Amino acid sequence: MTSPSLVGKNARRFTAPSVIPGFGLTFGYTLIYLGLIVLFPLATLIWQSSGLGFSGLYAIASEPRVAASLRTTFFISFAAAVVDLFFGLIVAWVLTRYDFPGRRLLDAFVDLPFALPTAVAGISLAALYSPNGWFGAPLADYDIKVAYTRWGILVALIFIGLPFVVRTVQPIISELEAELEEASATLGAGRLQTVIRVMLPPLAPALLTGFALAFARAIGEYGSVIFIAGNIAYVSEIAPLLIVVKLEQYDVPGATGIATIMLAISFAALLLINLVQAWSRRRFGHV
Amino acid sequence: MSEIAITSSGRGRGVKFRPVTHDSSFARYTLIATAVLFLAIFLFAPLAIVFVEAFSKGIGPFLTAFGDPDARAAIRLTLLVAAISVPANLVFGLAASWSIAKFSFPGKSVLITLIDLPFSVSPVVAGLVYVLVFGGQGLFGPWLAAHGVQIIFAVPGIVLATIFVTFPFVARELIPLMEEQGKIEEEAALTLGASGFKTFLTVTLPNIKWGLLYGVLLCNARAMGEFGAVSVVSGHIRGLTNTIPLQVEILYNEYNNVAAFALAVLLAGLALVTLGLKTFLEWRHADALSGRARRH
Repeated sequence: MTSPSLVGKNARRFTAPSVIPGFGLTFGYTLIYLGLIVLFPLATLIWQSSGLGFSGLYAIASEPRVAASLRTTFFISFAAAVVDLFFGLIVAWVLTRYDFPGRRLLDAFVDLPFALPTAVAGISLAALYSPNGWFGAPLADYDIKVAYTRWGILVALIFIGLPFVVRTVQPIISELEAELEEASATLGAGRLQTVIRVMLPPLAPALLTGFALAFARAIGEYGSVIFIAGNIAYVSEIAPLLIVVKLEQYDVPGATGIATIMLAISFAALLLINLVQAWSRRRFGHV
Repeated sequence: MSEIAITSSGRGRGVKFRPVTHDSSFARYTLIATAVLFLAIFLFAPLAIVFVEAFSKGIGPFLTAFGDPDARAAIRLTLLVAAISVPANLVFGLAASWSIAKFSFPGKSVLITLIDLPFSVSPVVAGLVYVLVFGGQGLFGPWLAAHGVQIIFAVPGIVLATIFVTFPFVARELIPLMEEQGKIEEEAALTLGASGFKTFLTVTLPNIKWGLLYGVLLCNARAMGEFGAVSVVSGHIRGLTNTIPLQVEILYNEYNNVAAFALAVLLAGLALVTLGLKTFLEWRHADALSGRARRH
């Protein structure tokens, strides 16, 4: 007789019964803090930009200076993520598969771009690549200018994106099964063939995830770029900088519009990462 | 018996062979050289130049940079901002991980994704959203102005922006760690009569202390070094709303290289200490940290 009412009671419960206390307090605090600090301010941005409407957003995005900055940000971020993908794979491979003096130190240093404040990275990259800097001076002899051009943006974005690829790929390389390599070798494949056709495919999801993370980070990056970019409108001005410029001109709707577009790009990258990981779990059984 | 077996199965002397799972030494050295060169150019050089530039005119001008009252104000403000935002996110991280890891409820993965959200928002956008809420033309702007409260271009705005960008650090370290540890130990303590708070202090906290320290370390490094978000809400008032990174920018733009890099040395030093402690924790207490993929 009592069972129906028990079922009804359980069905109404939000969380499964537990002897552990404090769910209401900690869950409530989590929701309130998350709501106040993150969700409400972000919702304000989306609400403000919905006031602009699609036509308003399109008008802002097609303003020549805004369009140029979005193109610059998008394409250079993509190029930087490609460079990070290539060298990140080599660095991850070297750090996981080989043992050599200084490997631990090198491994620890890969996280430097996470730990070094972006403004510091910005001024030191600018100092390195300025026409009389360590790298800038020899390059200037060949008439190559990096600082205060688009190449400078590329260098800064390569710097901040590298750890994303390395740290995503590293654990997967160390989990690669030696049996597969041995099987491939005993079946007559050359080493290069084994690496390309047996070992790289399982790394593809991690590489793609690392690439997307580096790209998403590069899209939003500000501090390390503005010192080395030269910030010439239409040429080397990135979208986050244009938000700051618009704010300084009290053009809040303009800044909101650019921010909304950038938010959409980074959410698209986030979605891509989740799709890749879901696919990878099905296909390879790991992330 | 087993000793004999081991010695006899050792490699024959003078016989060189390469396991099929090893790369040729040419490939190995080429790859190592490529990786080392790439890291030297893109990571070591930017770090080294900070110190070289800071001491380029000797130790005197380096120290003079710290005598500047504006520089001292920037250091004080940075410490203040970190002293508020890190504990705030620490408490949140504990609450979030307790509710997520010790209980099951619908929508958990959505909640975890939302907690990670600030990492995918550009720092500049993070600053902007607070301008939209609290700024002069913002949602609460007129009301705040009428009551004489200033948040944007003042310390509260800087603190809020810093809390936003460092929001997930502690939580994302603790959630997977506490999920791995399960709740059996807590349940045992509770059924043996310990109070909830005592269970947390004597059972949970010792289990997560290294992970907690790890999260706090990364949170603090980012809080002290944040530039983009803070730059948007600070207003750059010298001696009042400039943190160390903002002061570095001002000095650099004034061509005061030595002073800019001298302050940058503080931040680079912080980064090195953070990296050192992080590496130490990963090496010494790897089993007490969350084993899930670690991305920041």
